Amino acid sequence: MSTATTASTTTRPRHRPRRRGVLGLLFSAPYLVFVLAVFAYPLGYSVWIAFHDFFFAAPGAVVERPFVGLDNFVTALTDPAVIRSFGNVGIFLLINVPLTVVLSLVLATALNKVVRFRTFYRVAYYVPYVTASVAVVGVWLFLFNGSGLVNQLLGPLAPDPSWLINEAWAMPTIALFVTWKGLGFYILLYLAALQGVPKELYESASTDGAGAVRSFFTVTVPGVRPATVLVLLVSTVTGGNLFTEPYLLTGGGGPNGASASPVLIMYQRGLQQGQPDVAAAIGVVLVILVLIIALLQNRFAGGRD
Amino acid sequence: MSRFQTTLRSVVLALGALVFLFPFYYMVVGSLQTEPDPTVAGAFPNPGNLTGENYVQINERINLAQGLLNSGIFTGGVLLGTLVFGLLAGYALAQLQWRGRGVTFALALLVQVVPFQLLIIPLYVLIARDYGLADNFLGMILPFAINSTAVIIFRQYFLQLPRELFEAARIDGASELKLLWSIAIPLVRPAIITAVLLTFIGPWNEFLWPFLITKDASLQPLAVSLANYISNVAASASNPFGATLAGAVVLAAPVVVLFIVFQRYFISTNIGSGVKG
Repeated sequence: MSTATTASTTTRPRHRPRRRGVLGLLFSAPYLVFVLAVFAYPLGYSVWIAFHDFFFAAPGAVVERPFVGLDNFVTALTDPAVIRSFGNVGIFLLINVPLTVVLSLVLATALNKVVRFRTFYRVAYYVPYVTASVAVVGVWLFLFNGSGLVNQLLGPLAPDPSWLINEAWAMPTIALFVTWKGLGFYILLYLAALQGVPKELYESASTDGAGAVRSFFTVTVPGVRPATVLVLLVSTVTGGNLFTEPYLLTGGGGPNGASASPVLIMYQRGLQQGQPDVAAAIGVVLVILVLIIALLQNRFAGGRD
Repeated sequence: MSRFQTTLRSVVLALGALVFLFPFYYMVVGSLQTEPDPTVAGAFPNPGNLTGENYVQINERINLAQGLLNSGIFTGGVLLGTLVFGLLAGYALAQLQWRGRGVTFALALLVQVVPFQLLIIPLYVLIARDYGLADNFLGMILPFAINSTAVIIFRQYFLQLPRELFEAARIDGASELKLLWSIAIPLVRPAIITAVLLTFIGPWNEFLWPFLITKDASLQPLAVSLANYISNVAASASNPFGATLAGAVVLAAPVVVLFIVFQRYFISTNIGSGVKG
């Protein structure tokens, strides 16, 4: 009743919100169009391509693209190079994700307590994150080549053949590179999360006689769990996107395909060899696998909060 | 906290800083060496082995100024799109009541976890083939045109502005565009700098998309032409490492300088809110 009276007595509050209702949509329209055109539509189109016989035709030519069911998926999954690339990205994630979570949480915790040089450390840690992969790849090639500084320091312990041309070491070296490069961003996420852990919890932990290590595991780790879930998700999705590093560090996934990633194979099959339908099928499989991993992580690390 | 723990913490932090910074130092030193010196002594600048020749050499193979300009146009286009349309969307999400607001916000969050790998084939087909935007800045910019993280940061900051501020101006008859331009935007300047920094590194460092869509070397951003140099040409140069590292310094320097100068705008709380929503 009261709402009806206010609406009828004063014209403004009734008139204004409606005008602003249209304006809100109007203001957001460019962004919505962008999201639909660049994300939603291509996402659906990608799945459509994966189920059809799709090839690059001359512009303007009308060609038939028959539905072929699972043919593209069969072609993709019976290709040993594709299977190997999924194995490679599995190795990558097994090294990269745990290392990222542990190192970024430890460094963020240390950084959170320090007062002197705090800004210096913070900047030092995120400089690799903000720099182009293409630029830092140059240094890593210099550091990790056969006679590079790393092998000079290791002396007889250096692997032969050297890191990036060694079938066993190529993927772990790439995983190490990506971990190093991305760590600064995850440290920032953990630093934000650490501000949300109540100080009283640390105080009561220390009155209960818990040392620094003990309170790290009983207060910090559970306190930043939502951030850990986010770090797991983002690093897994980023890992699934791996392309630039194997393309440049190991000359396109060498040696012998030991460091080829699924996205690299998608590029080779889809754009170099003109089979976009097979490439789209690889993409669909890859995204499903990444989603499954993310859901499992959420299940086991997410808790019930 | 014991003295031992404090020392341990300093050691961990200092070691971390060394591991993160050394490759950058080594990049600069290596880019100035006449002969690549991978020995331990080579990690220290040797006056007898210093030269600017590598910069000249890389500039002969890939036009550095052109590459920087192309990276600048690509990045500038993305920044323009993000600032104009991102601020509008962020304002609408925070200060206006309209149907579809919740869905739009959910989309902005969701977009950030959509894997780009699934999009490269359809985007390539659409943009390069159907729209004929290969070798074109528009085609390069399009998939990045509005940064969703920036939209969320804008919304977050606009939400913190008191509503009364706007109500008073509305009663005076100011239009929403005027409110946005003369009240809201000046109050969220720090958020805008944060969003610009965060948006900047996307296109400036992006390799895969411009690499797919540009075949014409005169249009390639520096990241793409340097990558092409690394994968194709480097083998034939007299000091491939020196030239590669010189190119790397040119590509990395603008971003590193930008982030050192504006470091106080790139702090955990801003970024955290942007990613978590």
